[in-house]
Amino acid sequence: MHYHKPHTFEDALKIAANARGVTRFLAGGTDVLVQLRAGIVTPDDLIDLKLIPGVHDIARTADGGWTIGIAVSGAELGRHAALVAEWPGVVEGMNLVGSTQVQGRATLAGNLCNGSPAADSVPGLVAAGATVSVIGPNGTRKLAVEDIPASPGRTHLQAGEIVTAIHLPPRGAQGGDAYLRFIPRTEMDIAVVGCAISLTLDGDKIATARVALGAVAPKVLLVADAAAALIGTTLDDKALAALQAAATAAAQPITDRRGTVEFRKDVTAVLAARTARIAYARAKGAVK
Amino acid sequence: MAKDEIKSEYRLIGTRPNRPDGLDKVTGRARYGADMTLPGMLFAAVVRSPHAHARILKIDASAALALDGVKAVVTRADFPTGLTGEDWNLQENSMAGDVALYDGHAVAAVAATSRLLAEDAAKLIKIDYEVLPHVIDVDDAIRPDAPVVRVGAADHTVPAGSPPNVVKCLDFGHGDIEAGFSAADLVREHTYKTEATHQGYIEPHACVAQLGADGKGEMWVCTQGQWYIRRMCAAVLGIDASGLRVTPSEIGGGFGGKTIIFMEPLALALSRKAGGRPVKLVMSRSDVLRATGPTASASMDVKLGMTKDGKLTAAKVNFRMQGGAFLGASPVGEALSCALACYDIPAVQHDGVEVLANRPKAAAYRAPGSPMAAFAVESLLDEMCHELGLDPLDVRLKNAVREGVKASYGPTYAKIGLVEVLEATKAHPNLLAPLGPNQGRGIASGFWFNHGGETSVSLAIGEDGTVTVSAGTPDIGGSRASLALMVAETLGIEYEAVRVNIVETGALGVNEPSHGSRATFATGKAAVEAARHAMAEMCRRAAKEWGIEEEAVVWKDGAAMPAGPNAGKFPPMSIAEIGAKMGGNGGPISGHHETNADGVGASFGAHVVDVEVDPETGRTTILRYLVVQDAGRAIHPAYVEGQYQGGAVQGIGWALNEEYVYGANGRLQNAVFLDYRIPVASDLPMIDTVIVEVPNPGHPYGVRGVGETGITPPLPAIANAVAMATGARIRSLPLSPPKVLAAIKAKGRG
Repeated sequence: MHYHKPHTFEDALKIAANARGVTRFLAGGTDVLVQLRAGIVTPDDLIDLKLIPGVHDIARTADGGWTIGIAVSGAELGRHAALVAEWPGVVEGMNLVGSTQVQGRATLAGNLCNGSPAADSVPGLVAAGATVSVIGPNGTRKLAVEDIPASPGRTHLQAGEIVTAIHLPPRGAQGGDAYLRFIPRTEMDIAVVGCAISLTLDGDKIATARVALGAVAPKVLLVADAAAALIGTTLDDKALAALQAAATAAAQPITDRRGTVEFRKDVTAVLAARTARIAYARAKGAVK
Repeated sequence: MAKDEIKSEYRLIGTRPNRPDGLDKVTGRARYGADMTLPGMLFAAVVRSPHAHARILKIDASAALALDGVKAVVTRADFPTGLTGEDWNLQENSMAGDVALYDGHAVAAVAATSRLLAEDAAKLIKIDYEVLPHVIDVDDAIRPDAPVVRVGAADHTVPAGSPPNVVKCLDFGHGDIEAGFSAADLVREHTYKTEATHQGYIEPHACVAQLGADGKGEMWVCTQGQWYIRRMCAAVLGIDASGLRVTPSEIGGGFGGKTIIFMEPLALALSRKAGGRPVKLVMSRSDVLRATGPTASASMDVKLGMTKDGKLTAAKVNFRMQGGAFLGASPVGEALSCALACYDIPAVQHDGVEVLANRPKAAAYRAPGSPMAAFAVESLLDEMCHELGLDPLDVRLKNAVREGVKASYGPTYAKIGLVEVLEATKAHPNLLAPLGPNQGRGIASGFWFNHGGETSVSLAIGEDGTVTVSAGTPDIGGSRASLALMVAETLGIEYEAVRVNIVETGALGVNEPSHGSRATFATGKAAVEAARHAMAEMCRRAAKEWGIEEEAVVWKDGAAMPAGPNAGKFPPMSIAEIGAKMGGNGGPISGHHETNADGVGASFGAHVVDVEVDPETGRTTILRYLVVQDAGRAIHPAYVEGQYQGGAVQGIGWALNEEYVYGANGRLQNAVFLDYRIPVASDLPMIDTVIVEVPNPGHPYGVRGVGETGITPPLPAIANAVAMATGARIRSLPLSPPKVLAAIKAKGRG
């Protein structure tokens, strides 16, 4: 195994282009190193991206959004007061990943590129309308977060492509987001169902909404019908019921060691309503 | 109320000094199984069957052996043949013979100059299998048409014509069972199931082993019992027991699972084949979950008869248990014996069978068999109390066993403390805490026999009067502290002046492991006797120096002194003085005692748990948890409380989320801690404890043994609380959210 420490994304690309065997990019390493130790993936080339300038930064963009470096840890996100104030749902999703020790290393980009349908930070990013910048052999491109995952353990990134940054849009006035997951324990577990909702209000009425579900399909789901059930409502019981019906209809879970199809569908409905209430309250300024 | 706040007749017993091994453990100096390194050491890796049941057609290790640095490969062909009984079971479980019997069964092992090389070499060992039909579930395994796990495995207790996987049958009881049920106002009968769970010790099995062609060897190993390891390895490898010297490492938990061997013979066999070079073998967590002893899974029928005022009139239990593919591995006998042990019932009948399945060989797990039995019996008892409108605690008190009562499993109880435990429970403020919506309170009792066993202890007086105790029971729960307290109390010296060492197999006679809650009881009893032995010798030395009769000298407050004014006028001779003079006054002074410790006192407990169940997700939160248990005497109350809390927490895991999940292919699906869900700290409230002390007359300080009873009541207590919170009675474990939500929904549908 060869371990590389490039100082630019361009150098990283060159190393990846010359690599012939199994290649892995290393950000926090909380998936790559665990898989290495468990004998699941033994890379021939391990390319550490943490030394590239800017990858540890959280920066305000000109339009009022955010750019988050690919090596920013969950702990760093959680301590960034302005980001937490604007995107509490995105941050709380990331902060549910692993333990305190893991939070010191784990990154949004790594959680996304690991390709798990149960990744806790991904529904929040999708609901937020986040995008990522990608550099590859054919130049750079920008992709919506929901277009990255393909199936368990796989992404739509092409061979040699690297995510270089994550972008959050401007939050704007009267916006709120939230993420809830179901696990049988209280921490150190994998989501059986995850749900993130981001919405904006016009007075008491929901003006825009995005609803994302995790762990109930081969990849994260952006559920347009569920968002439609919210838009134009004040989150009354009828809207919540319509949200639950749309979310449950969209879920395509499996039965495995973590839950059954029936249970995951039931919990999808429960979490959708609970998440919507929190996001709505946050948008109203009642809860942060 | 902590024991140590009560005025005590003792100077040290009942106090809470720091544990002697504490500083080493918190600073990382303590050496565990994997911490040993020897010159020239090789590293081992094990090839395990990916199939639940498969004939091994061919093993080709040529590619592995061709790697530079690979020093040995062993298969079953490297072990002696002709073993019988449990020796054969241990050999077969260590390394598969013709057939792999479960997912994870070892098939070959390799030793190489590095761990990575050994792992690479293991991948190159090519094994051809013929996959055979398998069976996992206990109720499936007992069917007449089930895949046969092993032909001819049944013992003499199994009647002809029984289903093929039934290997053992038991029945016992007393009283007129039909008359008992006739006298009842309410008779109820239900079936209960529990899943297999793992002990979940934090330290995976690890050893460094060395064995020469002359059959002489040494082993450093993480174990609860170095003599058991020695005897078992010697039998499996065909060497003399005394040829093998086994030194126990510090131990990161065992709970019964480290009383037998798993991979240790493989390390020895590899060493022997590699010219006697030492071999280190460390299991991964997945290896631990797939191939070391979980407990049994159980399917249980219980029938109880009760009068309308709550008196039990008759009880009948019929248990079916699988403990893997090996006869005698399930604790069905213990389960039957514990099932009704808390109650004074005129007529009891117990029936049980052991069934083979394609699962790993079950090992002991904290009060083996008792938690499952308690789940079945205490759940039904609770249901019947509610049906009759009776208080479940009062009913338990009304039927509680006491001294002189014939136990359900045969003997007559000596002094026991169940009544005192239930009365202390009734008086606890947790029972007055108000319950909100979706909350419930569950109560259950529990029992464990405790154990004496073969024990040998030596004690030596140092030249400065400090004392070294050599004990043979590894310290898994604070026993070095409790032994030091008892020895210091007996000798009249300070706790800090006593050092307790856990010694290797050459240093003492045979000791049973630290199992059966016996270390503080049996090793403690022997250590007190050894101290008395040394005290008598020290009195003789003083008598000699003073020139008086040895009967005229007594031991008091850490010194020899004349028995009275007639004995002569001499100042007390302290242990330090005697130690300093002993070289020129008769030579070294030591005390020794060995025994098959009798006088065991059973321990009873009661738990009260408050839960809240999310009615929309079926998720259970433990709000409050109370453990009340009879310790006999708490030598070191903090470690007694730790045992109570630890038992409760393991029981909470078993009740709520822990289970072995198998795929249709018979492979274990959750062989990592991510998916084998032991409780995490944030899942739990502080576990409240009450130490009841009804001294055991069979121990010099009244000790009963406290390690195991605490895992017995949590399973039914939590099931009873969930039933109260949801209105849905669930008769199988675990009470995982999908199962609880399904039960809530089924109740809603009526």
